[in-house]
Amino acid sequence: MQMSATQPSGEIAYNSPMKILVIEDDREAADYLQKAFAEAGHTAHVAGDGETGFALADAGDYDVMVIDRMMPRRDGLSVIAGLRSRGNTTPVLILSALGEVDDRVTGLRAGGDDYLTKPYAFSELLARVEVLNRRASAKEAETVYRVGDLELDRLSHSVRRASREITLQPREFRLLEYLMRHAGQVVTRTMLLENVWDYHFDPQTNVIDVHVSRLRGKIEKGFDKPILHTVRGAGYMLKSG
Amino acid sequence: MALSVPAIMKTTAARLSALYLLLFALCAVALVFYMTSLSARMLTAQTQDTINDEVLGLARAYQRGGLPVLVRVVEARSRQPGANLYLIADANGQILTGNVQSLEPGVLETEGWTSSPFSYQRFGEGELERLRNLPAEQGSTQSEQSDAQAQGEKGHNAIALVLRLPNQMIMLVGRDLGEPERFRAVIRRALMLALGMMGLGGLLIWFFVGRAALKRIDSVSEASRRIMGGDLSGRLPVTGVGDEFDRLSENLNAMLARIATLNEGLKQVSDNIAHDLKTPLTRLRNRAEATLSGKQKPTDYRQALEGTIAESDQLIKTFNAILMISRLEAGYSSENTNRVDLAEAVRDVVELYEPVAEEAGVSLEADVREAVSVNGNRELIGQALSNIVDNAIKYSTGANAQPAVRVTLERAGADVRLSVADNGHGIPDDGDRARATERFVRLEKSRSQPGSGLGLSLAKAVMTFHNGRLELLPGNPGLSVVMSFPAREDH
Repeated sequence: MQMSATQPSGEIAYNSPMKILVIEDDREAADYLQKAFAEAGHTAHVAGDGETGFALADAGDYDVMVIDRMMPRRDGLSVIAGLRSRGNTTPVLILSALGEVDDRVTGLRAGGDDYLTKPYAFSELLARVEVLNRRASAKEAETVYRVGDLELDRLSHSVRRASREITLQPREFRLLEYLMRHAGQVVTRTMLLENVWDYHFDPQTNVIDVHVSRLRGKIEKGFDKPILHTVRGAGYMLKSG
Repeated sequence: MALSVPAIMKTTAARLSALYLLLFALCAVALVFYMTSLSARMLTAQTQDTINDEVLGLARAYQRGGLPVLVRVVEARSRQPGANLYLIADANGQILTGNVQSLEPGVLETEGWTSSPFSYQRFGEGELERLRNLPAEQGSTQSEQSDAQAQGEKGHNAIALVLRLPNQMIMLVGRDLGEPERFRAVIRRALMLALGMMGLGGLLIWFFVGRAALKRIDSVSEASRRIMGGDLSGRLPVTGVGDEFDRLSENLNAMLARIATLNEGLKQVSDNIAHDLKTPLTRLRNRAEATLSGKQKPTDYRQALEGTIAESDQLIKTFNAILMISRLEAGYSSENTNRVDLAEAVRDVVELYEPVAEEAGVSLEADVREAVSVNGNRELIGQALSNIVDNAIKYSTGANAQPAVRVTLERAGADVRLSVADNGHGIPDDGDRARATERFVRLEKSRSQPGSGLGLSLAKAVMTFHNGRLELLPGNPGLSVVMSFPAREDH
């Protein structure tokens, strides 16, 4: 199972359980997602077409929805637009075989919150779904992020660890800011590239790893405890202890 | 194709000529009616003038010698050939003298000009008329539209001035309307003839023009059927006349050529996919097979599966790159082109790669000489530039000098040049440099480096999408990859 390769090891645990709605017409893919989400500690309900999915989403209280773009009876974008017009603000991740820049923009414009192109690694989908979880988005409003003894002030753009000032380049600051906002969650390389650099392509060399290791050097060097962890096969996670 | 009338009627040319024919006919009819009525009015006025003159003469005769002289003059004038109509009657309308034998009843009752033409008979014509036994129809003569010939058989028409002499006798001086009637008849006949000829001409033009158009269209349809039948190299006929059909055919031919190019590209892509992806797929399969056969430790299985995932990911990346290149080359229509600040794009990419370069011991520098913007897509430009910078960092090492990559942004005439120069070994061979941007082409020296062989192809497709060029120039030393964008108009 792919999960075993991507499951974080040891002390790092995934978020609190979520209730996820998967609207996907490919039976096999939907079953796989349901099983994989269950292994990650979440509950997933599956709808096999757009109409059923819309009814379920409209009635149930879900934390995150994963909606396939192309489906029989009602396509994904129409489902999302319908839900949004009824005041449903549940975060939505769109799954699609269409992956061009235009397709992504159309998807996000229809009310989607994130867009993932098929084929995808489940670890990528899981990380994105956990980040979308609305209970995590409360951090947007906070001006100071704290993870263990690491502290980031978004207003004064200062970072300190154990009261020691750390000087970061602007991009490093944004990288750390994103990691801290999603502290305790797995953040993938593509998520970093998208959110910190605003690029949606795969660089040939894994440039993100080098940036992260540079940042790690600055926030871990001279401190005994590691705080920025590498999650094998998935990405990174900022977590104290 | 047989030319039946309904087939001709279906052509645009035929419909248009029918419409024109109808319009012209309507105009001609209106014009002729206007002219006839105008000339009829003029002729009537002329007739009235003549009668007035006559009356003046007769009035002088009456003044000179009273009724006897008047009667004499009237009789004398009546006998002249082609004379006007003269009549003197008593107060009751009994004809006394003149050259009129009978006339429509009621004409003599009102003084002044007769309100409308009336029918009459001269002396000497009554017998003929009676033999024909055609009683004159009351009122029919008043109709201007009545056929002149029919009127001739019924009797003559005339207009006249009716006067009451001082002794209550009635005098009528009139003029036959034969001439204006004949004139009208002539014009009517001319109109009929003209309409007939127009109709005939229209039909002829219609037939020939329509048939010519049909023939051209048939040849185009025939050619397109051939092309649809599989002969993709076929082209539509161009006669060289340079008319609309030729222009249409030329445009369609250009379209066919473009389709053929795309088709060729597609074929090449599928060939390459078949060739280049078969290898990793076979490797994938063999690895799985080898893991299944023989006894393995659980860690071996794990390792094999991880390897499988890594290899699959690489395959997906390659697929994505191929699809993207194809879409860009097919003229990927994007609504997401807007103003892109190239200076910012350069800074972003250089900043993105700076740690990688540092780790590889390469100095990466941005040299933005002018802040320029182009119309385009930031993502695509960023991706193309990072592919090029990525390559440059990989290939700058190995030469003797301290490896360095320099990204320069400058304006060069109407172009915006974004060049990435390294000081590595470069690509000395001109042919190799030209081939380097082709899909899946990996030059021998680069085989040892990781990569799909699609990075420069993608950059080239991105430049084509931006109406720009991607050139590989020999550096001094090393290689210089130049992206040339057309500058924005508003600069």
